[in-house]
Amino acid sequence: MDYQLTNQPVRQDPSFANEIIEATGVRVDRCYQCMTCTLGCPVADAMDFPPNQVMRLIDLGAEEILLSSRTIWMCVTCETCFARCPNQIDTAAVMDYLREKATAKGIAVPEERIQLLHQVFAENIKSFGKVHEATMLMAYKLKSKDFFSDMGIGLKLFLKGKIPLFPSKVKGLDEVKRIFEKTYDQTFGGKS
Amino acid sequence: MKFSYYPGCTVHSTAIEYARSIDAVVAALGVELAEIEDWNCCGAAAAHSIHRKLGLALPARNISQAQKQTHLSPDLVTSCPGCFNALKRADYALRNDEETRKEIEETVGFAYNGEVRIRSLMEVLTHELGEEVLSAKVKRPLDRLKLVCYYGCALVRPHAVTGLENPENPMMMDNLMKWMGADVRDWSYKTECCGADLALTHGDMVQKIVGRLIDHAREAGAEAVVTSCGLCQANLDMRQTGTDPLPVFYFTELMGVAMDLPNRKGWWSKHIVNPGPLLARLGYES
Ligand code: SF4
Ligand code: SF4
Repeated sequence: MDYQLTNQPVRQDPSFANEIIEATGVRVDRCYQCMTCTLGCPVADAMDFPPNQVMRLIDLGAEEILLSSRTIWMCVTCETCFARCPNQIDTAAVMDYLREKATAKGIAVPEERIQLLHQVFAENIKSFGKVHEATMLMAYKLKSKDFFSDMGIGLKLFLKGKIPLFPSKVKGLDEVKRIFEKTYDQTFGGKS
Repeated sequence: MKFSYYPGCTVHSTAIEYARSIDAVVAALGVELAEIEDWNCCGAAAAHSIHRKLGLALPARNISQAQKQTHLSPDLVTSCPGCFNALKRADYALRNDEETRKEIEETVGFAYNGEVRIRSLMEVLTHELGEEVLSAKVKRPLDRLKLVCYYGCALVRPHAVTGLENPENPMMMDNLMKWMGADVRDWSYKTECCGADLALTHGDMVQKIVGRLIDHAREAGAEAVVTSCGLCQANLDMRQTGTDPLPVFYFTELMGVAMDLPNRKGWWSKHIVNPGPLLARLGYES
């Protein structure tokens, strides 16, 4: 997406900010750009827009830019920004909202591997009710086609006897599946 | 003292040494943790990161399970900060936001009664047993062990939800380790993030974050790091580079050393950075 500086005055569009306030209860309109959030963010240097700029982009109604940003996927919801924001803005909760919306809209994501990992993790819970690391990592490797990076780590854990071979299933798996049907599957159409 | 218990998925896998040391410590303290029937994964960070309502409904099913099992204590203890955080977030939403409560109740199929109290194992041990009881159990004070306490994110933030102490400078684990006699060093990085799940997709970034944390731990004079979080432990344990990595303990493991509990070899063998040599040099292991 082109994001060019222009000498045209920027027209602010409050509808996106209002949508976020409505959906999350987070008063993004209170941000006064002090940058405290960004200074404490552990991954700001790997983001295309650091957290304070996310607030500014919301203010400008730049929905498309945000939904296709790297930022929303790099955020690890550590909540440091929220803990330190003088205006109690829960940026992490806004990131959750933006990731969900980007996924629901099927937007091409610059950090596909992170999105995929969240999806594979969720779908692993849908299959067993609990997380089974071996099948989860296998599904991630197959779908991301990222076969070689970090295989050493998985192998180390496996050799330490820390990755059980067989999954254990929840007895009330139908209840877990129903939760998925009413949430995840509904939003992402059963496949994401 | 009896509590109901939510162990979480990692006690059977990546945090198995945590589980073993927890069992040993609570047995020695006369604390009973009764596992709730048929719990499911809390959703960890992944569920809410991709679907907010799923991230509330998965932990809410566990609250529903605990609520049904009225023969168990209403204090639902969990040892994993990630699970604690997810359960607390769901409980916070159910307790304080009526519209969300109705949606989650409908999704999970239960009626929330607010009686289950979500608590962390560390908080329960420090508050319910306290200094007098715990320090009386110490057989070998850890005074030769220089430590920094690493809390990470999930146990403390967001503060309104977790309700635990000062989110910038928690002292619970520092106090607990001092009661065990340890030489606890002050440092400014106790609640910094370890990089969390990025370890699986962006290993190089997490390596940098961990490297910084370990540098600061060394600067504070620490020879080891102690934590309660399986993800923090795994990232710090596996992502250090260099020839002289610091061992990364679970707090219950060090309680086990101070209380001289048996079968500790089965804990150390699960670590990537073997704590054996350090503990032997200090005279805590042969
Ligand atoms: S800390 Fe809060 S007020 Fe300051 S820039 Fe960040 S979101 Fe805005
Ligand atoms: S929650 Fe996200 S945006 Fe906020 S400090 Fe953590 S990683 Fe950065």
